[in-house]
Amino acid sequence: MEKLINQFELGLFFWQMLIFVGLILLLKKFAWKPILDAVNTREEGIRSALLSAENARNEMQNLKSDNEKLLAEARAERDLMLKEAREMKEKMVADSKAEAQAEGARMIEQAKTAIQSEKNAAMAELKSQVSSLSLEIAEKLLKDELSNKDSQMKLVEKMLGDAKLN
Amino acid sequence: MVISNKPLRFILAAFVMCLPLLNFANPTADSTVVATETAQHEAAAGHKEGHAEPTDLKSQINAFKKHHVLDAHDFTLFSDNSTGYHFGFPLPVILLDNGLQVFSSSKFNHGESVAESNGNYYKINHHDGKIYKTDAAGTITEDEKTGHPTNVRPIDFSITKNVFVILIVAFLIFLLFKGLASSYQKNGSIAKGPGRIFEPLVLYVRDEIAIPNIGEKHYKKYMSYLLTIFFFVLFLNIVGLTPLGINVTGNITITAALAMLTFLITNLSANKNYWGHIFWMPGVPKPMRVILAPIELLGVFIKPFSLMIRLFANIFAGHIVLMSIIGLMFIFKSWIGSSLSFGLAFVLSLLEILVAFLQAYIFTMLSALYFGAANEEHHHEEAHH
Repeated sequence: MEKLINQFELGLFFWQMLIFVGLILLLKKFAWKPILDAVNTREEGIRSALLSAENARNEMQNLKSDNEKLLAEARAERDLMLKEAREMKEKMVADSKAEAQAEGARMIEQAKTAIQSEKNAAMAELKSQVSSLSLEIAEKLLKDELSNKDSQMKLVEKMLGDAKLN
Repeated sequence: MVISNKPLRFILAAFVMCLPLLNFANPTADSTVVATETAQHEAAAGHKEGHAEPTDLKSQINAFKKHHVLDAHDFTLFSDNSTGYHFGFPLPVILLDNGLQVFSSSKFNHGESVAESNGNYYKINHHDGKIYKTDAAGTITEDEKTGHPTNVRPIDFSITKNVFVILIVAFLIFLLFKGLASSYQKNGSIAKGPGRIFEPLVLYVRDEIAIPNIGEKHYKKYMSYLLTIFFFVLFLNIVGLTPLGINVTGNITITAALAMLTFLITNLSANKNYWGHIFWMPGVPKPMRVILAPIELLGVFIKPFSLMIRLFANIFAGHIVLMSIIGLMFIFKSWIGSSLSFGLAFVLSLLEILVAFLQAYIFTMLSALYFGAANEEHHHEEAHH
C-alpha cells in the first residue's frame, strides 16, 4: 500500500487530468457529437426507409385486395345480368307463346262462328229451297195426280216422310 | 495425424513439469561464470556510483522489470548495459523549485549525472526513478528504516515518458475520430478511412454499455466521457503491449485520475433519488437505515477506488508476468526452456490483448453503471427488482 502511494505522482496526475479532460472536450466537439449525430441520422434514415417500404407493401396489398373486390363485384354483376337476360328471354317466350295460343283460340272461335253463320245461312237457303221445291212438287202433284187419289195420298205421305229426315 | 489431442497435451504438460529439473541440473557451470562477471562489474562500476548496480542476470531482469513499470524522465527504447549505450531521446524536465526549472533530461545522463539548473542540483534516484534535490556531488541520503531518500523532492511537472505517450495517444485518438467524424459528412453518412474500424466499437459503447446501464433518457450526456475513456484506456493498453516499453495504464497515477473523473461525474450529476438511497435507504426499517448510511457512503468511495485498483493491477500484473516469462528465456539458456517460455510469452501476449480490451470494457461499463445508478429514477426501481 505504501509503495502504491509512493508511486502516485502529482505531476503525472496533473498532466493526465489536463490532457484527458482536454481530450474529452475536443473529442466531444470534433468527434463524438458529429459521429453520434451522423450515426443517429443514418439509423433514423434506415428506420424510416424500412417503415416506408412496409407502408408501400401494405398499400400494394390493399390495392390488390381492392382490385380483387372490384373484380368479384364485376363478376357478380355480370352473373346477375346474365340471369336477368335469361329470365327475360324465358318470360318473352312464354308471353309470346300465350299470345299465340290466345290468337289461335280467337281465330278458331271466329272460324267457328263463321262456320255457324254459314251453316245457318245454308240452312235457311236450304229451307227456302225445300219449301219452294215442296211447293213445286205440290204443284206438279196437284196438276198430275189429282185423279189418282189414293196413290196421290201415298205419294204425299212418302214425300213428307222424306222431308222430315232433313 | 493419428495421435489424438489428449496424449499430446499430456506429453506437453509432462515436458513443462520436467523443465525445472532439467534447468536446475544444467547451469551450475554458467552461474559461476556469471558470478565472476558480476565481481568484475562490481569492481568497475561500484566506485563510480553511489549505489550498487545490479549485475547478475536475474537481478538485472528484476531491475529492468522494476524500471519498466515505473515512469521515466527520458524515453529509452533499448539500452546496452555493458557499454552504457542507451537508444532513445530525452524529454523536458519541468520542476517547481525556486521558480520554474526547465531543462532537458539529457542532463541527467540516464540517471548517472547530477543535473544543474540555475544553481540547483538534482539527481534521479535509481530506486523509484524520481528526481531529488541534492548537493553538487549528488549525494542522496536514505532513511535508515524505510530506505526512502530523505532529500527534498521538488514538485515535478516534467513531461515524463508517460505524459509523452499520453500526449501522442491523445493526438492519435483525436486524429482518428476527427477523421471518422468528417468522413460521415463527406461520404453521405457512411464511414470511410481508418476510423471506420472503430465505428462498431463506438456503436458498441453506445448500444451495449451506455444505453442498457444508464437508460435511454440520460445516456447522451455521458457518451463523450464513456467513449473517450474507452478508447483512451484501450489504446494505452494496446500501446503497452508493443515492445516500446510503455506502461501507462499500469500506473496508479493514471488510473487514479481516470477513477477520480468517474467519481466526480457520478456524484456531481447524481439526482435526489441517488442520495436518498445512500443516506436514507427507502424500503428498509428505520434502524437499518442508520446502519446502512455509512456503508453506502463508504461504497461511494470504494466504487471508484476499485476501478482504479482493477485497471492498475490488471495491466501492471500483466506487464510483470509477461516480462518475467520473457526474462526466463534468458535465464534458462537452453533451447527447450527458452523456446517453451517463448511459447508461453506468446500465448500470454494474446491473453494480454484480450485483457487490454476487457479492462477497457470493464472500466467503461462500470463507469456507465455508476452513472446509471446516479441517474436512476424512482419508477425505474420496480423494473429492476
